[in-house]
Amino acid sequence: MKPFDHLVLILGVIFLCLPVVMALMSSTHAAIDIHTNGLSLLPGGDAMATYGKVLTHRGGFTGDVTGLLMLRNSLILGLGFAIGKIVLSMMAAYALVYFRFRFATALFWMIFTTLLLPLEVRIMPSYQVMAQLHLLNTYSGLIIPLLASATGTFFFRQFFRSVPDELLEAARIDGAGPVKFFIDILIPLSKTMMSAIFIIMFIYGWNQYLWPLLMTTDESFYTLMRGIKSILQVWIGSQIPDYNEAFALAVLAMIPPVAVVVVFQRMFIKGLTESDK
Amino acid sequence: MAHITLKDVSKTYSGSAHSAVSGVDIAIQDGEFIVLVGPSGCGKSTLLRMVAGLEAISGGQVHIGDRLVNDLDPAERDIAMVFQNYALYPHMTVRDNMAYGLKNRGASRQELAQRVQEAATLLELGPYLDRKPRALSGGQRQRVAMGRAIVRQPAAFLFDEPLSNLDAKLRVTMRMEIRKLQKRLGTTALYVTHDQLEAMTLADRLVVLNGGQIEQIGAPLEVYRTPASTFVASFIGAPAMSLLDAHVESGRLVLAGHQVARVHAGDGPLTLGLRAEDLRIAPQGLPMDVEFIEELGAQRVVYGLVDGQRLAVVETGAKSISQRVHIAIDPQRLHLFDTVSGRRRDIVVEQQIPSHAHL
Ligand SMILES: Nc1ncnc2c1ncn2[C@@H]1O[C@H](COP(=O)(O)OP(=O)(O)OP(=O)(O)O)[C@@H](O)[C@H]1O
Ligand SMILES: [Mg+2]
Repeated sequence: MKPFDHLVLILGVIFLCLPVVMALMSSTHAAIDIHTNGLSLLPGGDAMATYGKVLTHRGGFTGDVTGLLMLRNSLILGLGFAIGKIVLSMMAAYALVYFRFRFATALFWMIFTTLLLPLEVRIMPSYQVMAQLHLLNTYSGLIIPLLASATGTFFFRQFFRSVPDELLEAARIDGAGPVKFFIDILIPLSKTMMSAIFIIMFIYGWNQYLWPLLMTTDESFYTLMRGIKSILQVWIGSQIPDYNEAFALAVLAMIPPVAVVVVFQRMFIKGLTESDK
Repeated sequence: MAHITLKDVSKTYSGSAHSAVSGVDIAIQDGEFIVLVGPSGCGKSTLLRMVAGLEAISGGQVHIGDRLVNDLDPAERDIAMVFQNYALYPHMTVRDNMAYGLKNRGASRQELAQRVQEAATLLELGPYLDRKPRALSGGQRQRVAMGRAIVRQPAAFLFDEPLSNLDAKLRVTMRMEIRKLQKRLGTTALYVTHDQLEAMTLADRLVVLNGGQIEQIGAPLEVYRTPASTFVASFIGAPAMSLLDAHVESGRLVLAGHQVARVHAGDGPLTLGLRAEDLRIAPQGLPMDVEFIEELGAQRVVYGLVDGQRLAVVETGAKSISQRVHIAIDPQRLHLFDTVSGRRRDIVVEQQIPSHAHL
């Protein structure tokens, strides 16, 4: 049975890795090369030129958009989403779990049911609100409307409920008020949960396409996702699209999420094995 | 260091029809070790948590020292609590766990270090100061929880079954340590347990609770020797005191057709309480059918039936025991209770009567 198991696993690995390898390798060839010979599995000689161009070449109508700028925008979006969502949903969950106020449960379920509504459903009203607040073409306008997170609130709520009551009681006797308890006890205990949610939310923010497309007309807010798309749009014209550049951008777009997953999953696993409950 | 006074304290949980604790009056002296004992659900934890300030007081007053603390936060009551599951902060080192309460009270860095060091020395926690709680054994965690309490030098210690997560042997050691520590520090202590042996060995005074009310308050031996009710009698002491239906017939206490003693009481039914160690197997006396024998090593407990009622007798000899034995009862060592209310009846029992004469 052993060889067969391995065979299945190896096939799985190839199946998952091949497209990534292909993108990486193809990005090192010239566009014309790709156009005539198709995708490539072997490295070509144009790596430096392509990546250099992608990162620094000024493009777009205004001639100001570089790959670096798009990378920065995507990072701001990803980090803004991840950090903002964690802060907001932790505070919401803290209020829901630790403070007795009327309709807390009803409120929670109201938040929770918004999980069922995808962003696309409310994208028009959200756009309108942002337009009226004059927040189009700003980072705040891009990030704030999507910060309320039912998923995050739900996960933190479940986690806080699993923290033993005695810990709160011990802290109360030790003279920790609500703010101190949150900062000194709950936040350190939530590290595992926070890193898990950070991974999810960073990638969610990083991959946003429709929302930034709608919210920003100013090219200086272009994200990598839009950059890739706009390179391929040349297809409509008579030119050969810059496949190599599209691939290079795609590879660049992959690096930060992969880095986030690698770093935070280590923290995540460490947290899992450390917690003793 | 302070005395604690509970006046007519009661607690009714919201949404519950009857009270979990009612009419509790206890006056605790400065430096006294008081143990609250009773079966599960009798309201021990509730009472302790009301003193701690973790549970609102529904009625009555609690004074710690000379302050009325009913409406004070737990942190302002100057108490420290040790929980059953220790409730150590898992992400903090032993040192930080012990220092946290003091730090929140704005103690200086130097004072912090010194007090933690003192507590650690006292509890032999020195080598573990930089470890996290998860890297400690149950007994060590227990000691850290103690350390966290004594570092603060509070007016009173509150313990809620602090030893029940430890194995039997460690429990005995820790019991002695807690007792020694409390005597040494002279801090008033309120200790909750459902283990009557723990209660007996630790307490200066016992408070026996039943259904949220006090059955008896007294020194361990006093409670053991003169239980105030059938409830206390059957709860304190192992094996439990045997309670049998008897009655008085013209000045004679009669059990199963045998005259047990002469008493100064009117005719009528009584509950007769007999401690196993006050009874002996004798050539003649009350006949008992042996049911089973519990070997404890130093002694054995013989369980049997007297006229259909369960009776336990402690026996130290090694000789084999026949199916039917006779029990000698010392009239000075019997307990009489009201059959209806279960309260102790202080009835004068006369000195030795000639024999267990058949009626
Ligand atoms: N939060 C609560 N809400 C409602 N009723 C409660 C609550 N906590 C305890 N009770 C009830 O109050 C009574 C006393 O409970 P308590 O926890 O004080 O018992 P205990 O003597 O500590 O028992 P144990 O030895 O099992 O810990 C019980 O009948 C229990 O069901
Ligand atoms: Mg309890």
